[in-house]
Amino acid sequence: MAAVEQNGNGPVAIEVRALRHRFGSQQVLNGVDLDFLRGHITTIVGPSGCGKTVLLKHLNLLLRADSGKIVIDGVDVTRLRSSALDEVRKEFGMLFQAGALFDSMTVFDNVAFPLVESTRMEREEIAVKVREMLANVGLEGMENKFPSELSGGMQKRAALARALIRNPKILMLDEPTTGLDPTRTGSIHALVRHTQQRFGLTVVMVSHDVPAVFEISDRVAFMHEGRMRITGTPAEVTAANDEVFNRFLAGRAAGDERDAAAL
Amino acid sequence: MSTIVEMIERLGALVIDNVIALGNFVLFLVTALWCAVTPPYKLRLTIRQMRTIGAESIVLVALIGAFTGMVLGLQGYNTLRRFGSEGALGTVVALVLVRELGPVLAALMVTARAGSAMAAELGSMQATEQVDALAVMAINPIQYLVSPRVIAGIISFPLLTSIFDVIGIWGGYLIGVGLMGAPGGSYLNGIAQNMSGHDIMSGLYKALVFGLVVMWVCCYKGYHAQRMATGVSRATTEAVVLSSVLILAWDYFLTSILL
Repeated sequence: MAAVEQNGNGPVAIEVRALRHRFGSQQVLNGVDLDFLRGHITTIVGPSGCGKTVLLKHLNLLLRADSGKIVIDGVDVTRLRSSALDEVRKEFGMLFQAGALFDSMTVFDNVAFPLVESTRMEREEIAVKVREMLANVGLEGMENKFPSELSGGMQKRAALARALIRNPKILMLDEPTTGLDPTRTGSIHALVRHTQQRFGLTVVMVSHDVPAVFEISDRVAFMHEGRMRITGTPAEVTAANDEVFNRFLAGRAAGDERDAAAL
Repeated sequence: MSTIVEMIERLGALVIDNVIALGNFVLFLVTALWCAVTPPYKLRLTIRQMRTIGAESIVLVALIGAFTGMVLGLQGYNTLRRFGSEGALGTVVALVLVRELGPVLAALMVTARAGSAMAAELGSMQATEQVDALAVMAINPIQYLVSPRVIAGIISFPLLTSIFDVIGIWGGYLIGVGLMGAPGGSYLNGIAQNMSGHDIMSGLYKALVFGLVVMWVCCYKGYHAQRMATGVSRATTEAVVLSSVLILAWDYFLTSILL
């Protein structure tokens, strides 16, 4: 037990080892090894279809690996029973690609939802916390709007407020800037950095917004064909002068068009 | 030789896929029912679903019930008059409605109105990752989304069927007695004399089973919709078609058991 606690406060928040996952005949994750350092922003970049979203779905425990392990705060979650996963998930906040706000609820109810559903907090207490969190993400006065009445950037901000409302230790972001123009991309990135510093969060981000995302990342992992090809600080990754990575940087515009066609 | 092996392999794969799909389908219902009886209970959500499935379907069910009863009154009167037994009109209309048409037509109407909407709603929640969002927030999506709907269906369908029956009998009276001139006293008296508690209960049992089946199918199809627009529309169509077929198929089996 002592070892676990010691591990729980170690420098590595999430440790991924030899993770494999196969869909049909496709080996999507082919031995992923990666450490997510506590209090750092680690960004996984890579071309569409390289498996980064699937990896994120393993980290937030929506998918279970065929083999390999994921250790979160000293607990090997790949060995946990489904019923025990919810305890681990309470440490998470997750921002989904399209926000995933509940469209039948107002912004206030969306942000309050995790507290209403899984805590015994009083209504007034929740209201104070929700307003405070909305102010943090720059959405004061938007409580009574429905998600459909917000712009794409505002929806992401509201979803971020919901992800943060339970004071998570780990924040996961799936392509937080997809569909936003460069100005809004910059402001979301600034918000992520600001939030991470303010709450001392461990941030796991999946993005193909390179090189813009390098500015706020402490560590970058370049994923290619189901495994990590280069891992390091943004400067190290750029300096590696890797052939595949350079091709990814150069071909991103073409890749974006492919993404748009796939939608 | 290799083509034969290939064929057998393909057949085997097809069988395995279908058995797995059937297993998932059954497991889905078992999970939903298990979640309904384990805390945290979703009473408020269940009541809200009863409003969507039940209360908001009342006008439609009443309208269909009235017209069904009226046409039964008209057809029944003209048929019975040939045998000189217009006095049995009430019994005929009431038994046909209560035992057969009430549960089946009410279930079909609610499938068309609420079942399709439910499949589409769950499908688009799946497509926009709202279901995943629930799971990541440590909230069981089946318990939050599916169990309340299934329970609300089981409660609402028999109630809607009762409304359908009563209004249908009134519609039959309106046409048979009011318009065609069948004897009003024997219309009502025939119902009181000839309809047993068993007749009423067998209709309500059917409604209860239909409620379960419709919510099961519509939730399953919506919940497992492919994550795109065409996936949602396909799920909705499949939900309505499969529910309708299952209502009529189950109706036959239930009738043969309950008769």
